Amino acid sequence: MTEMIQKLTLYLQYPFVQYALIVGVLIALCSSLLGITLVLKRFSFIGDGLSHVAFGAMAIAAVFRLTNDMPLMLAITILSAILLLRSGQKAKIKGDAAVAMISVGALAVGYLLMNRFSKSSNISGDVCSTLFGSTSILTLRKSEVWLCVVLSILVLVVFILFYNKIFAVTFDEDFARATGTRANLYNLLLAVIIAVIIVLAMNLVGSLLISALVIFPALSAMRLFKSFRSVTVCAAVYSVLTAALGILVSVVADTPVGSTIVAIEIAAFVVCWAAGAIKGGVRK
Amino acid sequence: MAQLICQDLTLGYDGHEILSGLSFEVDAGEYLCIVGENGSGKSTLMKTILGLQSPMRGKVTTGDGLRRSEIGYLPQQTVVQRDFPASVWEIVLSGCQGRQGLRPFYTKEDKALARENIRKMGLEALTKRCYRELSGGQQQRVLLARALCATQKILLLDEPVSGLDPKVTAEMYGLIDTLNKRDGITVIMISHDLDAAMRYATHILHIGSTVFFGSKADYLRSDAASSFRKEDETA
Repeated sequence: MTEMIQKLTLYLQYPFVQYALIVGVLIALCSSLLGITLVLKRFSFIGDGLSHVAFGAMAIAAVFRLTNDMPLMLAITILSAILLLRSGQKAKIKGDAAVAMISVGALAVGYLLMNRFSKSSNISGDVCSTLFGSTSILTLRKSEVWLCVVLSILVLVVFILFYNKIFAVTFDEDFARATGTRANLYNLLLAVIIAVIIVLAMNLVGSLLISALVIFPALSAMRLFKSFRSVTVCAAVYSVLTAALGILVSVVADTPVGSTIVAIEIAAFVVCWAAGAIKGGVRK
Repeated sequence: MAQLICQDLTLGYDGHEILSGLSFEVDAGEYLCIVGENGSGKSTLMKTILGLQSPMRGKVTTGDGLRRSEIGYLPQQTVVQRDFPASVWEIVLSGCQGRQGLRPFYTKEDKALARENIRKMGLEALTKRCYRELSGGQQQRVLLARALCATQKILLLDEPVSGLDPKVTAEMYGLIDTLNKRDGITVIMISHDLDAAMRYATHILHIGSTVFFGSKADYLRSDAASSFRKEDETA
């Protein structure tokens, strides 16, 4: 035990571990906040779909040999988010089918592009780390850390300022619209924020595991709490703790960061579920 | 001047007409029941009045100092709401959202209004309770309190008693009637329940194969009523 603590204190002095912790916790916090709205609006899979789109965008950036792929990824992902959320209600192709279509499409085309055009000697390694985010969070440059911090804080501020509006639009969009809330505008805002978070989260857990950051905190908090505010706070705390713990464990035990965080989130979910069941009697 | 004026409306969706040439007016303090068979366009009409959907032809205007966003709305329950983690307080307060503009937080006045409407609906004891754990009748009262936060003038109710047992149904009708008579709030209600419509409404709008709009007394003498009644009996 003392050995582990020594090892941990040693690692914590390295800037790359500090960066990973800061960025990881902020990203987890942001995704958990937005996750509640997505889960409640029955849009859980949008996070998943968008992350695949971001993967496709990254592949395109690789083809054009862009050194900084963030802007392109952000642009493409935001655009897809807007299209998906807009088409939610009245599209000819139903929401979930549209998400599935875009999601696998982007994944396939992205891999095809990377496979054909990438100059890297280790393509499968590249693909693996993009999908599962194996090491990229530990290799962040200082500029990337700053970008992540600034974007995360921006997301947090927007979320707090629009908290009441997000609640109104999530609970009952028709009522909100009928009584003069500009629901379309806030849906658009949500789409943009979600896209930003997804692109940020790719660094942390890779594109296949982002959904976990979005869904688990919300579902766990909903087991335990019954008002929107307490669920929000609980999801945020849950998310920060699991992300920090996951990163530390992965550093000490030398496991992939993304999968470790998700594994801890699953464990925490089971605990919350059990606690909720004991507290409120067994529910289905 | 009338609070709500619908002129020569043609309603439908995807280019498919379900109702045409509909005109009617609602004055302040009236109690209008919209009745008609399933699929006759009652819900579409309601969405059009609320501005959630635009009519294919014709127009909806408001008058008598009523703004379009001051129409309170009691929707039918949605799937999303059934397991939504929200307290009664949070939901009622969200009725004030329409007036907020870009202001991020609720004011003291908003909160006082929410508290007042919770009291009016007899929900004080449930303020902190979770919405999804309430009974159907309690949930409807929560949504009614929210609608009252959005308006002091006119309420649109979309089948407010569907799924409620007879006792709660009677209470709900009583509550709506009090709002109409005592607080002078105009009520427009979609209903399947012709008996209740006959009992409380001042005016009837019957849509479907025959269209009728007028006072309750006129409706009772009309053909629309007798044909609807007959269908009701055979069904």
